[in-house]
Amino acid sequence: MSGRETLLQALAERYPGAEAHDAGDRVVATVAVDAIRDIATMLSTVHRCEFGTLVVEEDNGGLLVRYFFHNQTGGGQLVEVIARTDRAELPAIGDQVHAADWHEREAEDMFGIHFRGHPFLGDFILHDTEWPEAVEPMRHAFDPSRRERQPGLGPDWQPRRLLREPGALAFPVGPVWADYAESGLWLLETPGEQIRQAHSRLFYKYRGVEKMAEGQIPEQAVLLAERFSGSAAFAHALAFCQAIEKLAGGEVPARAKTLRVVFAELERIRYHAMTIAELAGSTGLVVAKAMAQATEETLLRLTGEVCGHRYLFGLIAPGGLAWSPDHASLARLNQGLGDALAELGRLERRLVNSSSFLDRIEEMGTLAPDVAAIYGVVGPVGRASGRAVDLRRALPYAGYEDAAFSVPTEEEGDGYARLRVFFAEIRASADLIRERLAGLPDGPVAAPWSPQPGAGLGWVEAPAGAAFHWVRLDEDGTLSRWRIDTPGFRNWHAFHRAVEGAAFQDFPIILASFGLSVAENDR
Amino acid sequence: MTNWVLHGLSHGIRTTRWPNAAEEGAGVTPGRPRAGPGADDLARRCPSSALSADAEGVTVDFARCVHCQRCRHGDDALSWSRDFSWAARIRDSRPALPARFRRSLHVRYIDAGACGGCMGEVRLIDAPQYNMHRLGIFITATPRDADVLLVGGPVTEAMRWPLRDAYEAMPEPRRVVAMGVCAIDGGVFGTSFASAGGVAGEIPVDLVVPGCPPPPLAILHALLVVTGRAEASEATEQAP
Repeated sequence: MSGRETLLQALAERYPGAEAHDAGDRVVATVAVDAIRDIATMLSTVHRCEFGTLVVEEDNGGLLVRYFFHNQTGGGQLVEVIARTDRAELPAIGDQVHAADWHEREAEDMFGIHFRGHPFLGDFILHDTEWPEAVEPMRHAFDPSRRERQPGLGPDWQPRRLLREPGALAFPVGPVWADYAESGLWLLETPGEQIRQAHSRLFYKYRGVEKMAEGQIPEQAVLLAERFSGSAAFAHALAFCQAIEKLAGGEVPARAKTLRVVFAELERIRYHAMTIAELAGSTGLVVAKAMAQATEETLLRLTGEVCGHRYLFGLIAPGGLAWSPDHASLARLNQGLGDALAELGRLERRLVNSSSFLDRIEEMGTLAPDVAAIYGVVGPVGRASGRAVDLRRALPYAGYEDAAFSVPTEEEGDGYARLRVFFAEIRASADLIRERLAGLPDGPVAAPWSPQPGAGLGWVEAPAGAAFHWVRLDEDGTLSRWRIDTPGFRNWHAFHRAVEGAAFQDFPIILASFGLSVAENDR
Repeated sequence: MTNWVLHGLSHGIRTTRWPNAAEEGAGVTPGRPRAGPGADDLARRCPSSALSADAEGVTVDFARCVHCQRCRHGDDALSWSRDFSWAARIRDSRPALPARFRRSLHVRYIDAGACGGCMGEVRLIDAPQYNMHRLGIFITATPRDADVLLVGGPVTEAMRWPLRDAYEAMPEPRRVVAMGVCAIDGGVFGTSFASAGGVAGEIPVDLVVPGCPPPPLAILHALLVVTGRAEASEATEQAP
């Protein structure tokens, strides 16, 4: 993207009535509803912006809809486009900026916004089986404690079918399936063996996290930030804390900043080890699965020993860290990490020399770079499809501003490319941890913080990719709006494109190679 | 070309000797607070109401503790145990399964809305360090073959019927284990428009495993208690 001034100038020329200014951490433009499609297209094509996230808030009887865009590689440019609608109606941008497609479906379900021109609204977060269309849970008037039986369609609900040919059937996978799979439904349409159409019906695990946090103080809501997606707990709690810290001014102490990077990268390594174990297991390679699981368990024990909790719960707090591990345990972390890395290195060498394993993942579940770009796929899955998008680089945060680390990418976009990216990211994260621990400053890990009312956006590159947390605090210091945008929300959207064309027995392998959490997506 | 069998054997045995010997490895469990001396101030720091204080000291309700560690640090910190034998009976628990299940217990895991923490720990009871198969425990893909339903997470609105259907499909005798504080009473997600809260509100529950998440050994402990091979624990600890 071009510089801020160029962008502001371009906005002023094209939309003489619009109000645009530099708001410190981002460029903010307030535009008329009818200009949304045009400006979104301009940002993504002319200025080569990535779609970031979409946030809807109630405002004096109307709705404020915020579209965030950011640059792809470096420079830290964030653009916020605000549109106000009083009639809960907006033009859809999903056909121009396809990454926004699921965001529009969510906003329709949660706020009842009608997106003109959107091809498929409804039955998304609130399943039509359980919920009538009129329920709009994120509106302030909705009482979240209400547990009334909802008059949904029940068994009358029928999945959408696209494939029309003799003998075609829709094969349901889920919501309870396989050995220990997360709950979700994948409808695979086939005339026999090949999957022609796949439809991911998620949100079986929708727990209403963002709604339940309303009225909570940040110290309480941070428990939810950690626990709505336990496998990426630290990443999401970090994004949440950063959103709040934007409202508090002040600086996070240097030691806390460094340790936040250390623990975020430790979580990434463990997350990827889990994905590798699942991928090996999905191909029936039990020894490799056992090796990867043994390393995952080693990393969990190491985390438990150093941080008191195997999944890093109870460590981060707004303003810094709740407490700091001591020198001896951090030295132990450094050493234990070295051993785990050596083990994973041995596993990688054996895996890439196992032709029977490679046969299952090479040219399998391919997400071509152009498709990945259309869907705005993030994280390791995007990087395996040639997209070098990484928020640690694009919008440096926490302590990544001065960190040197590699962002490995591959071009093929198949299962093997994703496997190579997972292993390469593990190495890069370990290097970064070692480098940060070597220069770890002394001092406190928590600073006093007193947030002012307002709203802030925090973001992280979670293990599975970009995550955004929008948090608004009221006068009394409690949350009045929280929107969590997760990497899964972006990548599950594109998942069907990797499955279509594959055979049935490849479905679990492709699923495992994406390394996505359903809990993280469902919230 | 990799010879995986030889390579696997070359690693030797990494499996814990528990339950035949104690397992005290660092990091196998997050541990949990012990009841002890303490005042209101400490109990108020607990964000999940697991701690309550009276003149005797602090009482811990393990069914609510989410290991937030806020009572673990500071001058008045409670001491934390490093145990993991946490499975506890509840009022309506059915008796343990008969002895014939001790060498072959088939378990179906249901994710009723779990966060990924419980999911991760359940997957790892199969890891070399734990190896559930040595205890005669197997995971099965269908509830029709299952003796035990292991349920994680608060029960979400959309998972209520799949959970009931799975339970209905099980042959008798059958038992249900609710793992993690969310499966006990909704945990941090509570009861709401989207979450029905604990599993016991939907299907009969026989054992609860406190913890957020319960570590692999706590899950194995529950699966031993369900066949009468281990003693159940208590869900609360009173101030001494």
